[in-house]
Amino acid sequence: MAFAGKVSALALSLLLLAGAAAEAQVSGKVSVVTSFSKDVTDPFKKAFEAAHPGTTLDVQNRNTNAGVKFLQETQANNQVDLFWASAPDAFEVLRGRKLLQSYKPKASGIPEKIGSYPINGPDNNYFGFAASGYGIMWNERYVAANKLPAPKEWDDLAKAPYFDHVSMAAPSRSGTTHLTIETILQGEGWDKGWGVIKAMSGNFRQITERSFGVPDAVNSGQVGYGIVIDFFAFSSQATGFPVKFVYPSVTTIVPANIGIVANAPNKAGAEAFVEFLLSPAGQEVLLLPAIRRLPVNPAVYAKAPADYPNPFKDTSLGAKVKFSAETSEKRSEVVDVLYDQTVTFQLEALKDVTKTLHAVDAALAKKANAKAADLAKEARALVAAMPITEAQASSPEIAGAFTGAKQKGARQAELEQQWAAFAKDRYAQAKAKAAEALKAAQ
Amino acid sequence: MTSASAVADLPPVVQGKRRFGWGQAALALAIAAFLVLFLAWPVGTVIVAAFTHKGAGGFTLVNFYDFFATDLFIRSTWNSLYVAGMSVVLASVFALPLAYITTRFEFRGTVLIQTLGVVPLIMPPFVGAVAMQLLFGRNGTVNMLLDQHLGFKIPFMEGLNGVIFVQAVHYFPFILINLSAALRNIDRAMEEAAQNLGSSGFRLFRRIVFPLAMPGYLAGASLVFVKVFDDLATPLLLNVKDMLAPQAYLRITSIGIADPMGYVISVVLIVASVVAMWLSALAMRGKDYATVQRGGGGLARRHMHPWQAVAAYAIVILILLLVLAPHIGLLLLSFATIWSFSPLPDGYTLAHYGRVFSDSAVYITNTALYATLAGVIDIILGTAIAYLVLRTKLAGRQWLDWGASAALAVPGVVLGIGYLRCFYGVTLPDGTPLAALWIVIVIALAVRRLPYALRACVAALQQVSVSLEEAAENLGATKARTVRRVVVPLMTGGMLAGFIASFATAAVELSATIMLVQSNADAPLAYGLYVFMQSAAGRGPGAALGVIAVLLVALCTLASHLVIERRQKP
Repeated sequence: MAFAGKVSALALSLLLLAGAAAEAQVSGKVSVVTSFSKDVTDPFKKAFEAAHPGTTLDVQNRNTNAGVKFLQETQANNQVDLFWASAPDAFEVLRGRKLLQSYKPKASGIPEKIGSYPINGPDNNYFGFAASGYGIMWNERYVAANKLPAPKEWDDLAKAPYFDHVSMAAPSRSGTTHLTIETILQGEGWDKGWGVIKAMSGNFRQITERSFGVPDAVNSGQVGYGIVIDFFAFSSQATGFPVKFVYPSVTTIVPANIGIVANAPNKAGAEAFVEFLLSPAGQEVLLLPAIRRLPVNPAVYAKAPADYPNPFKDTSLGAKVKFSAETSEKRSEVVDVLYDQTVTFQLEALKDVTKTLHAVDAALAKKANAKAADLAKEARALVAAMPITEAQASSPEIAGAFTGAKQKGARQAELEQQWAAFAKDRYAQAKAKAAEALKAAQ
Repeated sequence: MTSASAVADLPPVVQGKRRFGWGQAALALAIAAFLVLFLAWPVGTVIVAAFTHKGAGGFTLVNFYDFFATDLFIRSTWNSLYVAGMSVVLASVFALPLAYITTRFEFRGTVLIQTLGVVPLIMPPFVGAVAMQLLFGRNGTVNMLLDQHLGFKIPFMEGLNGVIFVQAVHYFPFILINLSAALRNIDRAMEEAAQNLGSSGFRLFRRIVFPLAMPGYLAGASLVFVKVFDDLATPLLLNVKDMLAPQAYLRITSIGIADPMGYVISVVLIVASVVAMWLSALAMRGKDYATVQRGGGGLARRHMHPWQAVAAYAIVILILLLVLAPHIGLLLLSFATIWSFSPLPDGYTLAHYGRVFSDSAVYITNTALYATLAGVIDIILGTAIAYLVLRTKLAGRQWLDWGASAALAVPGVVLGIGYLRCFYGVTLPDGTPLAALWIVIVIALAVRRLPYALRACVAALQQVSVSLEEAAENLGATKARTVRRVVVPLMTGGMLAGFIASFATAAVELSATIMLVQSNADAPLAYGLYVFMQSAAGRGPGAALGVIAVLLVALCTLASHLVIERRQKP
């Protein structure tokens, strides 16, 4: 049996050698570490194994951070062929640690850029296979029951009716939310951007620690609105949940990626899977209702359902922002920690001020009062204030505090305590001003 | 201390001089080696960062200074202590009536209640949270109905009080299991003696029965305290982040992956847990809870007056409904088509179970195998450690107990990363890393759940009188034979309680497992759940898998209870 098996395997590989030389040695187990759910990986696994008989795609599901950590910890004796996930910054980390190997995909018909974002990583270390944009999803039943409006832009979420109805994942916990925050900061500028982000965050019901926690809460009707990546909303709709989704004009379309791990045990198999993913057959799998991601091959949209968003045609998608991955990369940890220290861990204080400011606005709408309006403006400025400037955020002194034990300089904990104390103090002052404004307005 | 002190005044284990046995020393060393290899060393490789100076790299305590200088961490510490303490109180309110009624009275359905009472412990990750929110959340079933009919809502799941509520529901079985085991072990002669002397009713319970069951209660209560103190899943489910365990987890897995503070918090958690265990041991010092007579079947079971029976059933059903609500929600979710912003699902289907059975059978068999092995390892180690600690005079024997208990406080991610660091470099002859074998998952589960089994075994042994062993030895039995034929049989109830606690919680463990699973074929159920619960379409199948996990554990628990009941029938 074993002998016959080996002979036939030999015969098969000879045949394949004679035929398609490129795929000659594709066989055996291809193992991939991914953050994608079973609903996404299963159809790809089936289609890939059917296209390459003799291969099995072994899918190991880990969240993006755990996956990166896993590859780091096991690099001495690597058993993984591919890393497959959404957030481009995770691939940047892997590239920086030389955990990916470069490869030139042969697939044709895929453009250089989607919107203003390059589809493939630098040095061909990772390859975009699907695009996604960020936006606002909401539960129609919840919104109808509470008589709430439908949002269009990010700053809509900062308005009074949305108070306590919105949810978002912490940017430190979710690569996709991080990019949303970074998109707002790059689109609106550092100071104004933080103003928008904090005004919006003051309306939050909760800040979750998992990306999927947000669509889950919106689907269940625990919160009305969620800030999510598009496919969460599309696949929820396809499952039957009563939800809607909108792309605000300040959004960016970013590719989800796959990369071949350095020293992959089955390099040929890994390359075959990358080629499959980028081929028209692989790209079409993205259109399945449970997956619903945007293909990077423009030709594939011909097969998509009528209302499918097409970033290659619809130029308004992501047009407003020239997203700079370099800027984002430099201050990535600083932005995350700033958000956590000034918003996530101070949410109660921030909400308290925001609620009072909404009350002031309501009172002012009834009867104008210059003094109250001035005080409210001062309070808003205090809320928006940040402990560091844009230049400081990307400076080596501050960024160096977040790299662990290697460099000397300030410790992360010291900076965190300073920033938290700054925010706590400003929110307390803002609350006092807002309360005074409310008294004056009434 | 009047009548109970008849027992309590006996000095602790001093009767008869214990000979120093080489066998005991070897056993102690073997256990110590196990703990060092699979707990201390892997954890040490990770938390060494807590003591490392940034930049210079040398030893430092400056990170601990930072801990105490950060408002957030101080606030988190107080919150964690408050929540853990209040959870013990509330969990006792749930557990005491159930344990008392089922062990003390002729009560139909005792086995069923004891089994259902364990079920809350098995809250499958993620989907359990969704089910809780759908029932008790701001727009959950209960609040939607309240709002429609009465016009108000109750914030069950808000803030620290929400955490206390959910934790008490989740962990009260620790008290129930251990207290029930202890109540069954009480010699009915004690109770009869007190009655002959004129004590009865609540006084009898307060002065005789409860003090005699104290080891079991304390074992359970200390577990609840430490477990709640170290738990991160529930606070995160309720979006409460200013507690210690969630802070450690959030930092180690994201904002502070390179920062020592996550590991500093881990060290604080470990120290606090060991101190809590030490304090509970201190509370037991100088008291002897052992009773000599066995086979009496525990407390005399009495018949209840009809009105007593009605009251008892009402209390039991009320408590069970409350603590099982999450599982009722889970069951509904597993049959639901769409459940969104409505008191009940829109429709029902069997499709989710079809999907789970077609592609997740391997998860179920893996879980049964891993959790059983982990449970068995735990009661063997637990019994051995309990025996060494309570029955020998070996120097440093308490450290075995504390060391094993410290596992409770080690965040699962820390253990997982430690295992990868220590065992991934070790390769088998064919080149696969040691850490890639499924047995490593079993060992990780066993280490993480050892404290549960250990507390139960220690409590069980505390109730066995040394004189029984001395009698056996005087009659010529060797030490090993005495342990095998006398001690272990008398401890069976407690050991089974320990096995159930370890098994049930190992079956739904995720945080260490997720670092260690290397292929789908070796993955346990909790991992399967995780994979499903990343997408909208996976919610139903995830819930179905969760229901299967609960059933699996409940059936095993039921089987164990039937074994205990059979043993107790004269």
